[in-house]
Amino acid sequence: MKRFGALLLFPLAGLLSGCDLVVLAPAGDVAAQQRDLLVVSTLLMLIIIVPVMALTVFFAWRYRQSNASATYAPDWDHSTKLELVIWAAPLLIIICLGALTWLGTHLLDPYRRIDRIEPGQPVTELHKPLKVEVVALDWKWLFIYPDYGIASVNELAAPVNQPIDFRITSSAVMNSFYIPALAGQIYAMPGMETKLHAVINRPGTYSGFSANYSGAGFSGMRFAFHGLSDQAFDQWVAQSRTASAALNRDTYLELEKPSENEPVRHYASVDPDLYGAILNLCVERGKMCMNEMMSIDAKGGLGLAGVRNTLPLQYDKLARRGAVFGNDPSYVASICTAEEAAAVSRASRDAWPTYWPAKNLSPLRGAGLLRPGTDSRSAEAETTPLGLLRREL
Amino acid sequence: MPDSLTKFIFGRLTWDSLPLHEPIVVATFAAVALGGIALLCVITYFKLWTYLWREWFTSVDHKKIGIMYMVLGLVMLLRGFSDAIMMRLQQAIAFNGSEGYLNSHHYDQIFTAHGVIMIFFVAMPFVTGLMNFVVPLQIGARDVSFPFLNNFSFWMTVGGAILVMASLFVGEFARTGWLAYPPLSGIGYSPDVGVDYYIWALQVAGVGTTLSGINLICTIIKMRAPGMTLMRMPVFTWTSLCTNVLIVASFPVLTAVLSLLALDRYVGTNFFTNDFGGNPMMYVNLIWIWGHPEVYILILPLFGVFSEVTSTFSGKRLFGYTSMVYATVVITILSYLVWLHHFFTMGSGASVNSFFGITTMIISIPTGAKIFNWLFTMYRGRIRFELPMMWTMAFMLTFTVGGMTGVLLAVPPADFVLHNSLFLIAHFHNVIIGGVLFGLFAGIAYWWPKAFGFKLDPFWGKVSFWCWVVGFWFAFMPLYVLGLMGVTRRMRVFDDPSLQIWFVIAAFGAVLIAIGIAAFLIQIYVSIRNREALTDPTGDPWDGRTLEWSTSSPPPAYNFAFTPVVRDNDAWWDMKKAGYVRPLSGFKPIHMPSNTGTGVILAAFSVALGFGLIWYIWWLAALSFVCLIATAIGHTFNYHRDFHIPAAEVTQTEEARTTLLAAQG
Repeated sequence: MKRFGALLLFPLAGLLSGCDLVVLAPAGDVAAQQRDLLVVSTLLMLIIIVPVMALTVFFAWRYRQSNASATYAPDWDHSTKLELVIWAAPLLIIICLGALTWLGTHLLDPYRRIDRIEPGQPVTELHKPLKVEVVALDWKWLFIYPDYGIASVNELAAPVNQPIDFRITSSAVMNSFYIPALAGQIYAMPGMETKLHAVINRPGTYSGFSANYSGAGFSGMRFAFHGLSDQAFDQWVAQSRTASAALNRDTYLELEKPSENEPVRHYASVDPDLYGAILNLCVERGKMCMNEMMSIDAKGGLGLAGVRNTLPLQYDKLARRGAVFGNDPSYVASICTAEEAAAVSRASRDAWPTYWPAKNLSPLRGAGLLRPGTDSRSAEAETTPLGLLRREL
Repeated sequence: MPDSLTKFIFGRLTWDSLPLHEPIVVATFAAVALGGIALLCVITYFKLWTYLWREWFTSVDHKKIGIMYMVLGLVMLLRGFSDAIMMRLQQAIAFNGSEGYLNSHHYDQIFTAHGVIMIFFVAMPFVTGLMNFVVPLQIGARDVSFPFLNNFSFWMTVGGAILVMASLFVGEFARTGWLAYPPLSGIGYSPDVGVDYYIWALQVAGVGTTLSGINLICTIIKMRAPGMTLMRMPVFTWTSLCTNVLIVASFPVLTAVLSLLALDRYVGTNFFTNDFGGNPMMYVNLIWIWGHPEVYILILPLFGVFSEVTSTFSGKRLFGYTSMVYATVVITILSYLVWLHHFFTMGSGASVNSFFGITTMIISIPTGAKIFNWLFTMYRGRIRFELPMMWTMAFMLTFTVGGMTGVLLAVPPADFVLHNSLFLIAHFHNVIIGGVLFGLFAGIAYWWPKAFGFKLDPFWGKVSFWCWVVGFWFAFMPLYVLGLMGVTRRMRVFDDPSLQIWFVIAAFGAVLIAIGIAAFLIQIYVSIRNREALTDPTGDPWDGRTLEWSTSSPPPAYNFAFTPVVRDNDAWWDMKKAGYVRPLSGFKPIHMPSNTGTGVILAAFSVALGFGLIWYIWWLAALSFVCLIATAIGHTFNYHRDFHIPAAEVTQTEEARTTLLAAQG
């Protein structure tokens, strides 16, 4: 109640200035562009909302029952001109907003690599993207830095003014990876990979968290995101390397068990195949990776044998999967070796570019965003795990 | 052996299933049990059981069923609001290392139950009840097309509500959020009974909702009074028609998706699992293909209420009737093309996201047109600011803000920073409270005199109004601010102390709303006590425009002694202007449907079936399923389905009204 008493003393503006509206004042260029779109859209809509609200109050006042001097036209119920305005005014606003939306959604697509570090500073070949593999666990975050061979739990760091290239997945249930100061969120989903491209422009410590409820420990699923100068980042990496722990399949299986409010942890080394195995639900020995299964299926499947291929594909481990009714499923134990599986994951990692070629930033012409002469689909086919597997087999 | 016998008899129900270790739940149970026993004692003491059973529970009269729906909605509102205020309190105190007073096991059930109850068991019964009561009267019909089905639908909704309420005291409710996304809601991550309660409560209630939708569509299409063409229907009937079309087209999707989830949980299929080719995103798509039309199911009838209220209290024809109808139809169709805006952040491509973002924005065009139509209905009117009109004004000023933030959330890049935040929570409460709830209060104040023959007490109505409106702004504006501070929903504890003040303000708003609800209940009590002073013998207290105001208040069982003939879209207004004279003789016997208890029995078996499935009590499930089918078949042999109200009785009722009207002069 004391706090509420204080509220009465301060005007609302004072209250607002005292808090950190991070969505409206972010420290990353992507979030800043999203903020701009948010502000412009709001202003655009206020063009119509404000007059409507003002008219509502005015009409209510003007045509109140006690005001006998106002015109009363009980049978007036149609005016083509007015109807035209009524439908056209919102339509015009929505046409503008729709155009903004189309452009903004494509330009700020989280899967699209960023073109600029800041306004007026395009990404060049000198900007080596920082790769981070993000895994949402029950209930903590694991960050793997494949280029540095280190990993951390509940702490993320990145050098300022350098593009960051996130690949995101989850071990068990859906979460949403969100650092409001950096960029908009994207879901982390088990067995699926989402991507996010962003850049942090101002050094500092920002908060990150899961924005999608994921169970009992959800409230504690928070981490600090450090925007560091190049030097400080190198130091952070060096410090991580001095940690004693190593992240391999066994330590990961220990780590992924549900736990709440985990402290920050660092791993000096990481099994390079781990992320691929997490993504494909095959960290446990003896499990068949999802991408293997998919490529087998793509080649026509295992036939009748596939019906019993259940144990290697069983994944969810917190409780017995299977049925309330009936027996446990029967199974075959394995089809191919773990080494073959690892080769596929490695191949997909190798295809992840270490630098981005300079982008043609001249204005786009015509519909769509594919620039004439670039056929991104055929390039993609060569780099997807399935494409690689085909080539290897 | 006894162990397996116990397991056979009770399934997974054990003494540990009762939440005796949760003092809050135990205290609630004690209060509910005492209140319940007191209520039962009162009913028994006054020997009301027979009356309730004969006149209400087994009634097929659409007016009584409508009123029972409203009572159900009101009771469940109290439960849903208790959940809300518990959440507000938890979030207001869980700072600086404090865990608050709710553990995650309890808190996570509360926010899930709040959402489920408010949508399925508060808003839906209120809306269905209003349509049930008003639509047949507005179209000059004597009942709905399928009166027994109507009674059955109501009791199935009650059955669902009973299962949800049972979860509070026996076992637990889902801890998944109100849409129960897998994999979290799968058997692997939610092995307990919570999600099963969720599934079967919604399945049981869903049967009722779907059947009621079919019933009202048939009623509106087939039972309109002669002369009432589609383009002469009152706007409330139009919006009801669109809502029921939405219900019939979307609830089967919910039923199907919950059935698939149930199969995953019970027989080990892999529709939505992580492994074996299951795809949880399929669930997310399907549930929102139901879920988005659902919000229009809720709001459209209230748009109808606002149209009726604005036109009546401005003493003026509704401006732009035709464009109002087309706007409603356009919204109905577009509501199927926007579902993906609920998950822009799940990695859809930019083109898909923009498509769904833009279709969402397009909905704001017909909605905007509606707002303008109400504005120009007020223009050059003579506005009487009675309670229904006050709620309408509050709606127009509140809903536009909610609409604006809604369009903002439809811009995918903006959604990326606001999705799942408290900004979103503020947005949908802004439209659901500011639109649906304000509309319901307008509708209740507007049609109460029709239902009971006396007006609601204006003083307590205004107390309730101001507490609700001011309370709403206090409770939800801070959430907009918190959303912009990057605070996400469903959090139980916070580390940033600068957020606390906003949660405290929001909690204060929730207390104001609590006072608003209390004032509403007091208003009903005071109005019943002062019913002599508030009485309305004319049947037309607001100088109404549509047919329901042409009959007495409350209307006789047969609604209209003679079916009215319609010549204009404000039929009753037109009749009054044309010097309509009430017929005083020549009454004929009236053919009416008979009451039946089958609906209650079927719903009771459905609850038993649900309970058996939830607790794995297979014998109970099998038995109640067999009984359910047998009763349904047995009912087809019930030949006492209808009767005639004798002409003498009709004459007597109508003469009583003549005397009453004459006394008015």
